[in-house]
Amino acid sequence: MNKIKLIIQREYLTRIRKRSFIVMTILGPLLMAGLMIVPVWLSLKDVDLQIIQVIDETYAFHKEFKDSPTVIYNYSDEGIVQAKADFFKYNYTSILYIPRNAYSSPSAIRLFHKKQPSQRTLNKINNTISEVMERDRIKLKFDINRDELKALKPEINVLSISLDENGEEEESSSVLNMILGFAGAILIYFFIFLYGVQVMRGVIEEKTNRIVEIIISSVKPFQLMFGKIAGIALVGLTQFLLWVVLTSLIIVGAQRVMSDSMKHKMTEQQRMEEFMPEAEIQNEAQDNNIMQDLNENLSMINFPLLLLSFIFYFMGGYLLYGALFAAIGSAVDSEADTQQFMFPITIPLILSFVMAQSVISNPDGTLAFWFSIIPLTSPIIMMVRIPFGIQISELLLSMGLLVASFIFVTWLAGRIYRTGILMYGKKSSYRELWKWLFYNN
Amino acid sequence: MSFLSVVNVSKKYDDHVALRNVSFDVPRKSIFGLLGPNGAGKTSLIRIINNITAPDEGKVTLSRNNLQENTSAYIGYLPEERGLYKKMKVGEQALYLTMLKGMDKHEAIVELRKWFDKLNLSDWWNKRVEDLSKGMAQKLQFIVTVVHKPKLLILDEPFSGFDPINTKLIKEEILKLNRKGTTVIFSTHNMESVEELCDRIALINKAQKILEGSVEEIKNNFQANKIRLSFKGNMIAFTNALWTGCELLSSSSEGNVNTVEIRLLNEVTKKNMLEAIMPHVELLSMNDVVPSMNDIFIDAVNQYKES
Repeated sequence: MNKIKLIIQREYLTRIRKRSFIVMTILGPLLMAGLMIVPVWLSLKDVDLQIIQVIDETYAFHKEFKDSPTVIYNYSDEGIVQAKADFFKYNYTSILYIPRNAYSSPSAIRLFHKKQPSQRTLNKINNTISEVMERDRIKLKFDINRDELKALKPEINVLSISLDENGEEEESSSVLNMILGFAGAILIYFFIFLYGVQVMRGVIEEKTNRIVEIIISSVKPFQLMFGKIAGIALVGLTQFLLWVVLTSLIIVGAQRVMSDSMKHKMTEQQRMEEFMPEAEIQNEAQDNNIMQDLNENLSMINFPLLLLSFIFYFMGGYLLYGALFAAIGSAVDSEADTQQFMFPITIPLILSFVMAQSVISNPDGTLAFWFSIIPLTSPIIMMVRIPFGIQISELLLSMGLLVASFIFVTWLAGRIYRTGILMYGKKSSYRELWKWLFYNN
Repeated sequence: MSFLSVVNVSKKYDDHVALRNVSFDVPRKSIFGLLGPNGAGKTSLIRIINNITAPDEGKVTLSRNNLQENTSAYIGYLPEERGLYKKMKVGEQALYLTMLKGMDKHEAIVELRKWFDKLNLSDWWNKRVEDLSKGMAQKLQFIVTVVHKPKLLILDEPFSGFDPINTKLIKEEILKLNRKGTTVIFSTHNMESVEELCDRIALINKAQKILEGSVEEIKNNFQANKIRLSFKGNMIAFTNALWTGCELLSSSSEGNVNTVEIRLLNEVTKKNMLEAIMPHVELLSMNDVVPSMNDIFIDAVNQYKES
């Protein structure tokens, strides 16, 4: 036991002292924080203002297009020919031309632009035109005005509630669940790959520089293998925790810095809102509602369960694959020879990563069930499913199978390992690996 | 009194037999040469003695303990294929390997410092292993093999990679340890060092032991019937006179002096041989040929091949 501790200690210390570990530990949070901060920062910066000249020959769209902080509509009585001719004299970015026959042939409506407007602006224009036309057509046929029509249209937002056997109800937000599930799955996927390959490299290193024979004259091969896997697991956990801490520090710091410019922006926005039509403010209010919903949903998710199972599958998945990677490392002489053995191991990993997307859309389906039970895919797939709520019996079955197969695979890998590490200069085949399992050492 | 005994050990890998029914005893405090051509099964045997692998049949006992318990603290093993972690610091590496043998940290540091001083490695304690020259890396490996004061040292080609000065240094250290009571198993292809160091040897060829005994005994057995003669006279007359009782091994001549090596066959004595040749040539000198271990090695392996 003492010897395993020594091995774990060495594996851990030599790795976290490496320059690449330190660089990755600092660079990782910078990249992650960057991914979160840069979009916010960009949106705070002044965005190109678009001014759209509206030439409406039907006179039906007057004041229908709503200005926004980035898009301003300017209604004009000019003829289209003149407007096109004058286009470059003025600072309009586009001309929206609605011809007289727009109601009978909407495809004649055109937007001429100097610079491609954003898809969002285009969608807004399309929606507004289609709304107005729809409304006018309804009015023509049924003689109902805008407010009456609006009163008829109910606000619908179906609340999805999961109901368990005990009759307990729980609200859930599928968007948030999707994000959480997918984030967990991605993290586990990368962790298994990054650190599994490190285990393999470590074994190959010991084998090629021949220190392994010195070490296994002092410890059992299994102790060496297990110490290595455990040591590297701790390296992974350390890096993960440092990432979480550093990333949140950077984000908090950045928020402080940006809050000033945020305030500045807010006052600007308030000024804008004074001119904003009522409907727009309602829209904003709805946006705020979504944020509130999100917050409520956050409090609904069972975080302790999520976190505990994340750590469990994080470690379980890594240990299972780590043992397999160690066995591969022991069977080859250089990393170039690992291909044939890597293939069958990466298949279930990549498969579960791909499957994660269809599991998200149907988290309680047959596919989701089986892939979250089978140990080689369960660490990733189960993490996708947990935020959506899962039966404890299923979770326990999956965890139990993972532990059992981890023990079995480690035992199996240990048998390959102890023979493999002493076979120098020999290209191993599957047939040989199979025989090694039955050697009597 | 035997310190280590190997009894009827067999080991098979697949269809390849690595060891077939090998037995020998290593006396306490001796230096024992384990010899044999490449691929004879020496490494397999050494791994079994080290408890790295287990024999299929037979057993190895160390000082009356069955080799099942934790023997690593009693054995110092320097494998032929040996390496180090290149990225670690020299001192750190030495300490790690020593502690894996079960030595306490503080004691390990004290003992390592002593050895580092003795082998002129002290300045390298804080440097990286990859900066060591091959000879220095070999010294470091030797140190971690012996620092925990093992009762049994197993050295597989310990001198490879050393220059003559360091070879001498290491040889002296091995002899010193041996005088203090360490039993040494020494595996090498360098027959000169076998003659210089070993008390007893076992020769393994094609998975089987073909020769065992004290170096003296083995040499005497070989020496018994090989003779060098120089004489004046006709070479053809000499060979005719030899008749069938002797075998002519080699001959050379300088002026009218001929020098030959012969082997006496069967029951033929020196007296018989002399009576046969004296009437035909003028004998100048006669010596017994003392065979080198090199000759014995080649001879034994060749004889085995023929049989």
